[in-house]
Amino acid sequence: MSEIESIQKEIIEEFSFFEDWTQRYEHMIELGKALPLIDKTHKTEENIIKGCQSKVWIHAHLDGDKVKFTADSDAIITKGIIAILIRVFSNQHPRSIIDSNIDFIDNIGLREHLSPTRANGLVSMVKQIKMYAVAFQTQLN
Amino acid sequence: MIDIFKIREDFPILSRKVNGQNLIYFDNAATSQTPQQVIDVITDYYTRLNSNIHRGVHRLSQEATDAYEEARIKIQQHFNVAKPYEIIFTSGTTESINLVASGFSKLLKPEDELVISALEHHSNIVPWQMLCEKTGAKLKVIPMTQEGTLDIKTYNKILNKKTKLVFVNHVSNALGTLNPVDEIIEMAHKNGAYVLIDGAQACAHIKPDLQKMNVDFYVTSAHKLCGPTGVGMLYGKTELLQKLPPYQGGGEMISSVTFEKTTYADLPHKFEAGTPNIAGGIAFGAALDYMNSIGFENIIEYENDLLKYATEEIKKIDGIKIYGDLQKKTAVISFNIKNVHPYDIGSILDQMGIAVRTGHHCAQPIMDYFEIPGTVRASFSFYNTFDEIDIMVKGVQKAIKMLQ
Repeated sequence: MSEIESIQKEIIEEFSFFEDWTQRYEHMIELGKALPLIDKTHKTEENIIKGCQSKVWIHAHLDGDKVKFTADSDAIITKGIIAILIRVFSNQHPRSIIDSNIDFIDNIGLREHLSPTRANGLVSMVKQIKMYAVAFQTQLN
Repeated sequence: MIDIFKIREDFPILSRKVNGQNLIYFDNAATSQTPQQVIDVITDYYTRLNSNIHRGVHRLSQEATDAYEEARIKIQQHFNVAKPYEIIFTSGTTESINLVASGFSKLLKPEDELVISALEHHSNIVPWQMLCEKTGAKLKVIPMTQEGTLDIKTYNKILNKKTKLVFVNHVSNALGTLNPVDEIIEMAHKNGAYVLIDGAQACAHIKPDLQKMNVDFYVTSAHKLCGPTGVGMLYGKTELLQKLPPYQGGGEMISSVTFEKTTYADLPHKFEAGTPNIAGGIAFGAALDYMNSIGFENIIEYENDLLKYATEEIKKIDGIKIYGDLQKKTAVISFNIKNVHPYDIGSILDQMGIAVRTGHHCAQPIMDYFEIPGTVRASFSFYNTFDEIDIMVKGVQKAIKMLQ
């Protein structure tokens, strides 16, 4: 099992303790609030993810051979989703990020955030994270 | 009087569950729900009549044509239009606007001016911007006020002899503002300009008399008034529709075709190229029948009561701000909670089975004016109940508690 997969498994286990949506959402809100602040200089127009109803900024940089992500959003639930994505993908090798899948989202009761509607940006966020990984992978090659 | 229990039985979707809860549908300004009577008409069309209209000599084609043309007459009568051929079937409000904009692209000169309002939906902004790019004409904007109304004094100053067209919505989709269209039309006409009124948000709540209004073009969509999606109408005065060139080429819209020259069919077929949404057109007529059977006076009275109650209850929530809290508005409440993103409120309400709209409502200039990312919009219909409003208010309070 890759490191990304084991983190995903961990998150699934964590969410399995919640009995209803209220607890799930409260947990996400907590995660959102706990997300470390992104450096202000990275909250630029070009770091905004298109296709989200709330504003989402994702910044990435290469630290050795690992990609580090920082992010922010003006909506707290969206921030919670980003916090989960960062936990899964930050500090991983670009190759592992490219090869990973995000089926775990479905398993933590957040399926509605996966639909590619204009209202939500989870799909766009993952796409952006993978694009960063592709770019850094080329640098490492 | 509205018999709310009887009415709710007409709408099968209202008894479905969302996330294990009874659906509370407060996104009526985006799409209204469809009563069984309209669903039956669509089913009946495909069960008994399905064929192509206007061309066939066979029985099915004749019956389908009759039903389609009967729907046109229902629409004509509903809107008090002089002639049935002044009603053009389109795929909806957006196509109706594009049809007029495309027609005027051949009639405008670079020195001409167009006027739109700051309260418009993107679909009533973008086609005119494209028209201005094509023709060189200039776009002027009627500003809005903090209250969410149009600044008519400035409108009067913007108008001049170069103004050729004015586009205003009857009701703002983002705020529910009922605009003073009679006044807007009269002032435009004094300057020799034509007026297009976007009625998408109005027709579910009021029954416009287009001859009395003396409007030049009026557009709306069936899915806002208990009809199906993908069908709508363009009303235009005969002389103007005759002046406009066809929108799309194809079958149905011609009177004769040779490789040297094609002559176009008469109204309304000149603008109805190709096989239309026949079932949709017939169902549009059925939707008007349904709403008229309830009665617009009853609908307005009940919705005003709902709106008044909802406004009072929502105002009790701490940190609430309503945008466009007006006397003259339709049953729409656009609001925000201090320090809370509208998307967060909408996501949590969805978990409770409550459908509201969040975001900029395709009216970004209004959001920019208020310097907000968007609002939560609850829009009511005559099939909503006071109990549902109570549940939503409690839902918003729960959301705030979770988020803070």
